[in-house]
Amino acid sequence: MDTLTTFLNGFLPEGLTTLIVILLKIIAILLPLILAVAYTTFAERKIIGYMQVRMGPNRVGPKGWLQPIADTVKLMFKEIITPTKSSKMVFFIAPMLALAPALAVWAVIPFWDGGVLANVNAGLLLVLAITSLDVFGVILAGWASNSKYAILSSLRVGAQVVAYEIAMGFALVGVLMAAGSLNLTEIVRAQSGGIQHWFVWPLIGLFLVYFISGVAETNRAPFDVAEGESEIVAGFHVEYSGMAFALFFLAEYASMILISTLTALLFLGGWLSPFGHALDNVPVLGSILGDGFHWLLIKASIFLFCYLWFRATFPRYRYDQIMRLGWKVLIPVTLVWIFGEGIAIALGWKPWL
Amino acid sequence: MTFEQFIFYLFSAVTLFSAVGVVTARNPVYAALLLILAFFSSAATWVLLEAEFLGVVLVLVYVGAVMVLFLFVIMMLDIKLDPLREGFIRYLPVGLVVAIAVAAEMILVMKSKSFSDVPIPEAAPLSSSNTEALGEILYTEYVYPFEIAAVILVVAIIAAIALTLRRRKGVKKQDPGKQVRTQRADRVKLIKMKAEVKTKMKAEKGR
Repeated sequence: MDTLTTFLNGFLPEGLTTLIVILLKIIAILLPLILAVAYTTFAERKIIGYMQVRMGPNRVGPKGWLQPIADTVKLMFKEIITPTKSSKMVFFIAPMLALAPALAVWAVIPFWDGGVLANVNAGLLLVLAITSLDVFGVILAGWASNSKYAILSSLRVGAQVVAYEIAMGFALVGVLMAAGSLNLTEIVRAQSGGIQHWFVWPLIGLFLVYFISGVAETNRAPFDVAEGESEIVAGFHVEYSGMAFALFFLAEYASMILISTLTALLFLGGWLSPFGHALDNVPVLGSILGDGFHWLLIKASIFLFCYLWFRATFPRYRYDQIMRLGWKVLIPVTLVWIFGEGIAIALGWKPWL
Repeated sequence: MTFEQFIFYLFSAVTLFSAVGVVTARNPVYAALLLILAFFSSAATWVLLEAEFLGVVLVLVYVGAVMVLFLFVIMMLDIKLDPLREGFIRYLPVGLVVAIAVAAEMILVMKSKSFSDVPIPEAAPLSSSNTEALGEILYTEYVYPFEIAAVILVVAIIAAIALTLRRRKGVKKQDPGKQVRTQRADRVKLIKMKAEVKTKMKAEKGR
């Protein structure tokens, strides 16, 4: 990047160079992300297929590897139908509102030490704030569709997301108390020194709460009442077709990958190697066993796999039980955990340091 | 005009236009959406002032939580606009008087010395974290106001629940704890009995 900057500075004004470099970085983050989204859909169909003892997609391309590409092409050429008496502008803004926050958050996610687009001071808060905007896309889609099913679904989503956001926020409070910083890079650095220093161990309760509310926040099974096929057809996106529908799909999977990555960063030490620096001097394997982006990739993939696993395993929660779990179980757990953690920190009793 | 000023004017313009839109929009859902836009762009202005904590919290609390519930309510209401607009001309003079009075008061306050004589504070260095600074001052100097605010909020929550909670008799409710605790023995009973087919056959034989 530095060589590129100096090269561009040779014949361009400085402001323009900065802009170009930032744009290139954004593309470097988003392009792999969208590819990852495409292949997550493929992985989902394959994994759930094998869990249910069937093959999954295996016709398009070698072993079905071109299936997501074929799906995209099909969706692109489908006609986008607008329902009569729908609010046209909101109808088309809603999918964009769903997708934009899901992509914007990646600006503050560090991929390796220093590998971050914007190293913001209050990074964790920013993540929480931007992900809280996700819900507007769904709510507005439901309202603008002028459909009973869609609006029922968007009401469900509204209540569910607001409830689980609180539990999620409290779990993050526990993390920032342990790390003493809101900056995501600092939070990962606070966990350095091998697997026993990761925040999962002292914060195991918050870790579970965070991941469960992450699943609820992204409206995935078993909390996917927003698109409960058995009651409200497809929920908020019944009326959407073609690329407008695909944007919702993209947003959902991008948020899934985001929650997996965040869980890995906040609780499992992100890019840090589980062996710490003990094996750095091993001749050949040293660079693989040391810290690096590949560890983040592995950890995030594990959580992504859990998402698919949940979907294949659990039946859908009933709506009132989702609310009960959020308000009466997860929030009290986080409150008690934060209280205990506060006492531990006040007494200078930090077993994880 | 520096780039920073350009951003400031851009976001201020968006804030102003969306704020005007909130009042003039015919559809209440559009009004709520414009209010969200106003919140968002004023949060951006705060971030520009290097108050990134306040800016982010504004988005998190108002846009992410309050406005969601707001939209929720508005979408469920069946608002008819025509009755709301009835008597617009009749109330216009009163409204105008109030508007002029408020505007005049605001101008007088803004022009007063206590406003114009305050020196512009220096910008905090970029490295400083204003989350920490705010936390420190909130929990030391302003701890009593902070706690009182917290208590008031709790009172409001409890009052709201107490007003809406009603216990009806004869309602069958589920107890999830009980449901989880049930054992197989509570639901299924195995009984030893003779196979029915034989008895039936015997009965047929006897006939």
